[in-house]
Amino acid sequence: MIGGFGTAGMPDELIDALIARRVGNLTLISNNAGNGESGVAALIREGRVRRVICSFPRQPDSHHFDARYRDGEIELELVPQGNLAARIEAAGAGLGAIFTPTGYGTILAEGKETREIDGRPYVLEYPIRADFALIKAHRGDRWGNLTYRKSARNFGPIMAMAATTTIAQVAEVVPLGGIDPETVVTPGIFVQRLVQVPAIPNAELADLVA
Amino acid sequence: MNRISRDQIAARVAKDIPEGAYVNLGIGLPTKIADYLPGDREVVLHSENGVLGMGPAPMKDAEDPELINAGKQPVTLLAGGAFFHHGDSFAMMRGGHIDICVLGAFQVSIYGDLANWHTGEPGAIPAVGGAMDLAIGAKRTFVMMELLTRSGESKLVDRCSYPLTALGCVTRVYTDLAVLDVGALGARAVELVDGLSIEELRRLTGVPIGWEAVASDRRSP
Repeated sequence: MIGGFGTAGMPDELIDALIARRVGNLTLISNNAGNGESGVAALIREGRVRRVICSFPRQPDSHHFDARYRDGEIELELVPQGNLAARIEAAGAGLGAIFTPTGYGTILAEGKETREIDGRPYVLEYPIRADFALIKAHRGDRWGNLTYRKSARNFGPIMAMAATTTIAQVAEVVPLGGIDPETVVTPGIFVQRLVQVPAIPNAELADLVA
Repeated sequence: MNRISRDQIAARVAKDIPEGAYVNLGIGLPTKIADYLPGDREVVLHSENGVLGMGPAPMKDAEDPELINAGKQPVTLLAGGAFFHHGDSFAMMRGGHIDICVLGAFQVSIYGDLANWHTGEPGAIPAVGGAMDLAIGAKRTFVMMELLTRSGESKLVDRCSYPLTALGCVTRVYTDLAVLDVGALGARAVELVDGLSIEELRRLTGVPIGWEAVASDRRSP
């Protein structure tokens, strides 16, 4: 699992480290299938991904995914974004399955079990869990408590709960007690590794994104 | 034929968004609606990547790559706004907490079925994003679109030929030629643009459309 919505919340440095480890044949669970050249796009460009579970792979700058998908090198499971989130949450919460109204009557629910509950139709969907989650947060402490920054939060908190080993990169590591307990977004029990990656000043980051 | 512009459609949709509403404006055409919400009307915009109280685009050089909308464009946050994760964000949609969602469409059926995510063309890479969740989640789902394709085919249809986004989810369709209500009982015109008769609208779309005589003097601005 890799967090991020577009480039917001994408743990680029953790992905670079993963690429350097030369592991491949990966199943990638992420909202998108890469934008531009960094992050998930780089992982796909390097040929490390065999299967993608995501909601929105095709974008103007998803050329690395597009090429490998068309060549048949990557298998795609397309999941509506809310179902992706709900299935990840189900995994983190230890649920066996969920009934969701999203997708009912569409080709994405073909062949799946359905049930009418209180007069409304639902589709049975199973949890999505992972061996590893790579996420980007903003501040963290030695116990793994995390806060996030703006809309970079996106999938971080729910992916952290759904992986056996969650590795979070943070801009700042603070001492225990340095995060107001009332503002902890991800409690440390869901985080196994913390890596400090100092933030790039916004102006520079904007240049890189552009 | 007289048609209203995309901006005029956006302004028309904005007229129907009440004070205090929680609203999600879909990617593309519907984002224009925000420009036509009067400044004195408090409407809270939801963006499914995890923002409530979304404000307009930032000034140049004030963009923050970690503050974006569902279309991945930089935005701002109004005072009172909030950030949350994807689980909560889609609970807001799926759980029926959002009052109005406005979406674009390839096709809408007179019964409110929506097709707006995939043309189904062989070789096209499908991408669905939040379209299916948005369509079924809000208390009311509006569609904003041009009524006819460039080649003159009606996008209001008896039955969608493109892959469905959701069944029976759309309640109202705003177009460049008419505003229509759709649903289990079929389509009913609410407003026609100046110079368009209901007979002509029926001929252009080829689908049955109800029209109450009492409403016959209603015209889009």
